Amino acid sequence: MTVFGWGVFKGMMVTLKNFLTSYYRKPDEGGIFTVQYPEEREKKIENFRNFPFLVYDETPGKIRCVACGICERECPTKCIHIEMELDATGKPARKPAVFDIDYGLCMNCGMCEEVCPFDSIFMDHVFEITAPERQTGLVRHKDALLKANEYFQKIRPTLASVIDQKRKAAEEKKKAAAAPQPVPPPSTGGPTQGAV
Amino acid sequence: MDLKNTENASTLEINFGPQHPSTHGVFRMIVQLEGEKVCGLKPIFGYLHRNHEQIAENLPYAAIMPYTDRLDYVNALTNNFGYALTVEKLAGLEVPERAEFIRVIMAELARIVNHIAVIGFMLNDLGAFFTPLLYAFRERERILDLFETITGSRLMCNFFRFGGVKRDLTKENLATIQQIVDKFPAFLKEFEALLSQNEILCMRCQNVGILSAADATNAGITGPVLRASGVNYDIRKVDHYSIYDRFDFKIPLGEKGDVYDRYYVRILEIRESLKILDQALARIPQGEIINKKAIPFLKMPRNFKPPVGEAYGRVEAPKGELGYYIVSDGTPQPWRYHVRAPSLINLTALEAMCLGQKVADAVIILGSIDIVLGETDR
Repeated sequence: MTVFGWGVFKGMMVTLKNFLTSYYRKPDEGGIFTVQYPEEREKKIENFRNFPFLVYDETPGKIRCVACGICERECPTKCIHIEMELDATGKPARKPAVFDIDYGLCMNCGMCEEVCPFDSIFMDHVFEITAPERQTGLVRHKDALLKANEYFQKIRPTLASVIDQKRKAAEEKKKAAAAPQPVPPPSTGGPTQGAV
Repeated sequence: MDLKNTENASTLEINFGPQHPSTHGVFRMIVQLEGEKVCGLKPIFGYLHRNHEQIAENLPYAAIMPYTDRLDYVNALTNNFGYALTVEKLAGLEVPERAEFIRVIMAELARIVNHIAVIGFMLNDLGAFFTPLLYAFRERERILDLFETITGSRLMCNFFRFGGVKRDLTKENLATIQQIVDKFPAFLKEFEALLSQNEILCMRCQNVGILSAADATNAGITGPVLRASGVNYDIRKVDHYSIYDRFDFKIPLGEKGDVYDRYYVRILEIRESLKILDQALARIPQGEIINKKAIPFLKMPRNFKPPVGEAYGRVEAPKGELGYYIVSDGTPQPWRYHVRAPSLINLTALEAMCLGQKVADAVIILGSIDIVLGETDR
């Protein structure tokens, strides 16, 4: 048995060592690894998922979403609301007229991203979101959700380039087939219309 | 239990909580004191009740997965593991080899995260204010960053899928895990130098909150709390679920079943987890990460309809036996879904541990059980 108090002394030496080494060691070797948040930021991790957003190709009019409603149906918290746009004759235009996501309800699970057959909904990296009130303040409408493909390329380059390649290949295949189809049918055979 | 009549002037009734810093969430204890001694204790919970089971019974099987993250929010991956295992049992899905390895690696990392966090918080309750906790969190942060790189989220991972996992581990991920595993023993050594022999810690923890092996087994306690009482029961060894029978690891046991044993068993369990990780990283094969039969259900979760029947699957969560009981009626939603939460059942022994102890010790005893209210109240 050692001297009473030796354990405490040894513990104190550990804290002293940590205090001193924190000044000169690298962050991942025991140095200070925290950052001064609003001024400094940690590098964002590509796979990080927060809230969903919608991708459009060149102009906001060329939205990838066809309002099929699969994400609306599969969302565990039911935070998505979609309404199909109708053209002059009353036929569905395969475009969302209304696309609302309640960020207050969303639990960032990434289910919508996984089930989407048209590669149109993805999880964003924006996390600094506030609202003055709880009921409707966090509801995001279509125009706030729409973001360019370039933005998607910027935040998640690996996934975005894979999807771009896939879409390009599909486009070329479609051209080669030369079938006069305006929009490719949904690949999964699921219902094409969720909420009208 | 019924609290004794408080008209007796020598006893004092104190409410701990619901907003007490040591109660790890919203949990309330009504403690009856005779001087400094605890002579009665009544735990009251349910403040964090979120209707988990009822919500799950109205959702397709795949959509329940993110909800299971929120049960024990300190280590979501183990909750995913238990749920995936049960549904696979129900549907008769097999898991490819590589996916099994990825599952074990992730579950063991989650166990390390949980154990160092709980040791840190327990010492916080003890009065070692934030120094050990932040040392522990420094290491935890590395693992959480890894979780974020792989699964997309630090805590709410939502990573397991029926018949496999969501994303493959890249070579860089495996290298990072290996680096974490290699560096961890040095941290543990430092952590132990800081704590294990510390006289103040020993005096506060040894012979406090003793739970005998008989009491523990009678109350259905599982996990490190049971093993600290000296009962050799670990579902990884008993059930050999997933591929745990292929790894060489030991089950650390305590002797007395006091708070110190519960602390030390957790430290030893981290070492065993590191051993498992080392072996898994060396042997992980190439191949599929999800069963081919399960791939269509990723895009159309509502088409997943397990046959009529029932299944109970359990895993050794860091807190104890985490079980899921699912009854299927052949529809996309489970007909009955029940969670056997280790925190809730371990909490039943709280009074037995606290009786006769000092009121200041009640707080550490609660800390040493390691409860998470998300799981207790569901």
